[in-house]
Amino acid sequence: MSMPRQLCTFVVDGLFFGVDVKHVQEVIRSQPMTRVPLAPRVVRGLINLRGQIVTAIDLRRRLELPERADEQRPMNIVVRAGDGVVSLVVDDIGEVVDVEDGSFECPPETLQGVARQLIPGAYKLTDRLLLVLDTERAVALDGDAS
Amino acid sequence: MSELDEVVREFLVESHEGLDQLDRDLVTLEQCPRDRDLLAGVFRCIHTIKGTCGFLGFSRLEAVSHVGESLLSLLRDGVLVLTPEITSALLQLVDAIRQILAGIETTGQEADADYTALVELLTRLQSPDESPAAALATTVAAEGRGSAVSDTNIRVDVGLLDKLMNLVGELVLARNQILQYTATHQDSAFAATSQRLNLITTELQEGVMKTRMQSIGNIWGRLPRIVRDLATACGKQVAIEMEGKETELDKTVIEAIKDPLTHIVRNSVDHGLELPAVRVAAGKPAEGRLVLRAFHEGGQVNLEICDDGAGINVERVREKAVERGLVSAEQAARMSEREVHHLIFLPGFSTAETVNNISGRGVGMDVVRTNIEKIGGTVDVQSVAGEGTTLRIKIPLTLAIIPALTITAAGDRYAIPQVNLLELVRLEGEDARTGIEMIYDAPVYRLRGRLLPLTHLSRELQVGDGRAAADGAVNIVVLRADDRAFGLIVDEINDTEEIVVKPLGQQLKGIPIFAGATIMADGRVALILDVLALAQRARIVTEGRDRSQLEAAPGESTAVRGGERQTLLVLGLGDDRRLAIPLSLVARLEELPRASLETAGSHEVVQYRGEILPLLRLSQLLDIPSKVDPGSPLQVVVYAEGGHQTGLVVDCIVDIVEEAITLQRPIRRGDLIGSAVIQQRVTDLLDVQSLVRRAYPGWADAVALREVVA
Repeated sequence: MSMPRQLCTFVVDGLFFGVDVKHVQEVIRSQPMTRVPLAPRVVRGLINLRGQIVTAIDLRRRLELPERADEQRPMNIVVRAGDGVVSLVVDDIGEVVDVEDGSFECPPETLQGVARQLIPGAYKLTDRLLLVLDTERAVALDGDAS
Repeated sequence: MSELDEVVREFLVESHEGLDQLDRDLVTLEQCPRDRDLLAGVFRCIHTIKGTCGFLGFSRLEAVSHVGESLLSLLRDGVLVLTPEITSALLQLVDAIRQILAGIETTGQEADADYTALVELLTRLQSPDESPAAALATTVAAEGRGSAVSDTNIRVDVGLLDKLMNLVGELVLARNQILQYTATHQDSAFAATSQRLNLITTELQEGVMKTRMQSIGNIWGRLPRIVRDLATACGKQVAIEMEGKETELDKTVIEAIKDPLTHIVRNSVDHGLELPAVRVAAGKPAEGRLVLRAFHEGGQVNLEICDDGAGINVERVREKAVERGLVSAEQAARMSEREVHHLIFLPGFSTAETVNNISGRGVGMDVVRTNIEKIGGTVDVQSVAGEGTTLRIKIPLTLAIIPALTITAAGDRYAIPQVNLLELVRLEGEDARTGIEMIYDAPVYRLRGRLLPLTHLSRELQVGDGRAAADGAVNIVVLRADDRAFGLIVDEINDTEEIVVKPLGQQLKGIPIFAGATIMADGRVALILDVLALAQRARIVTEGRDRSQLEAAPGESTAVRGGERQTLLVLGLGDDRRLAIPLSLVARLEELPRASLETAGSHEVVQYRGEILPLLRLSQLLDIPSKVDPGSPLQVVVYAEGGHQTGLVVDCIVDIVEEAITLQRPIRRGDLIGSAVIQQRVTDLLDVQSLVRRAYPGWADAVALREVVA
């Protein structure tokens, strides 16, 4: 009997994403952000998470999607990645969804570019596709991310 | 690393401590081979290790320590007398045990090394072929005397202390936020409570910092052994002296300073001190002296490593630097002696004729310097040919909580570590428009007649064009990087405060200009600037550091040699009087609004950091009429002694200088020790201690009492 996997879901530019709940530390509202000059553009800034300084990565910029409208208040998903925690800045938070291994499928060859690196596959839900985000890769910023 | 049994871990920790002690004791024993207490201690340590490893099943270690124990028991009972040969063998034994322990620590079991040669050596030394020791009887063993220290001490995991330190950091931030909130509310009960919170937090912070403090003696402890081995290997005689062993530093700083310090000491023995024959020929005692000194000064720790060796050979350093292409022959010829001394810190510099296993492997003083600067320290060298060399290191007490200046650029706040800060300059009105001049496209400012290169913070950070602030004034933060001063133009200068340094995430490690981040009183995050990286980015100092060396301040090379260099705070009083006091006696410099003056008893006081600070007007005490505008803020030098503080009100703070002072008129007049020429001006040296004692007759008793209680 395969254990159902639980994904914390969120929306970025109309796309429906999920990350394993085991990696998620907490979800918080829009936070005052301190910008970091000279940093890669995907770094939105630094937030104060109860005394801990957390780097916030804008998933729209990371996934090379259009910028969020100014009036839209983003949300932060704080995930454990690498040896620290990082905040993923997303448009909106969804529910926690149970998924079965059977409904998983790798992305088609037509998926290209940065999305191919960060999205290992999708779960076929009844009404829509749930894209899985590779958090480790999403927070690893090497040359190409800037 | 494999999971270690708790018992084994305990054994490893205890054994390592014991072995460190052994290193020290064995070297001491060489001086007084008949010290029964020491011998008994050495014997007990090896005995304990042998016993425990037998119990834990480490047979190889047991076998090696067993022969050592037998040899030691003969020494302890006076059958044998310690000879240099035996000492060397015992030190080898200590090394072998360390090696085995290291193996156990990584793999969980003993490695397959061969120690038969050592065992044979130790066995051979047990046969008393030479003179059996005289004193057989005196059996005054120190066995029964338990250690009083160990009863009041417990062992605490460093990880736990780090966690506590972090929590205190959080508390400090929460306290700052509450204090800011208090300022906007008129509730007296709330104000009183937060004031108490303030005091408790400060004390807690100090207390936790203290738990992480270790005396410098902890790392000095291994040096006699290193020096002995090295001296034996080079055929030199070296006596090592230590002053200020009890000087305390944060554990992280201690760790960071360990390798640079060892490197310097090795250098001194290898390059600095001469062979006995050479020394005798030069009229010096055959035995070289190596002095290590540690003391606190101005919120920093000073470390000095002095040898009475040959000193730096200026000509040879010049030749080598030219040979290695570090400077041109013409540059080298123009350099002053002091500038040449500093060449030893350049990467790729070595004067060692041959590469040996002691030093001269290309890992040189530049690495020492880089490592010291990484933790916010500085290193300086002074040398007199034929008389010796002194290396002076200044390092911060702790890395976790540091005083910093906060400034604003393009709407964001940044923190600048106070160690890099020299002074603040504000240009207003006409000065703001004309004060900054251009040399081609490089802005400069004339600071006391010298050109100060300038850079705009917002331009360096690419967040704005760095145009002057709204009121038209220009704020220049004068900083020091790599012996060079430069001015950083910022929009606004905010405040100085203690900040908690927090690391940046992996994603931002590639931006050297930020040393970390901190949380401000309002809960927002502010980035901490790395001044050296900033200066490099702005090309104030080049990464190879060569230029900065060559253009070192011209005044420095003419400094009076002979006098001790010290750091002095220069004060201005009255018409044109200048006074200086050692910076080590100054706790802080403050500018206080005149409105904050209150009276308690017959004294003027101010409320200062939750305490009442009595003020002394220097102009009254020295009978020099003050020439300050009565409405301007008070310039206060906070002097602290034995937990008591007082504020000295002066007319102005002129500068902080580091100079070798020669008293021109060493005549005591009241509270003045004498006069000296500092920065081409006659300056009186003030005896603050006597001044304060004259002003407060009860001060000495109060300080003494506090010291007795503490």
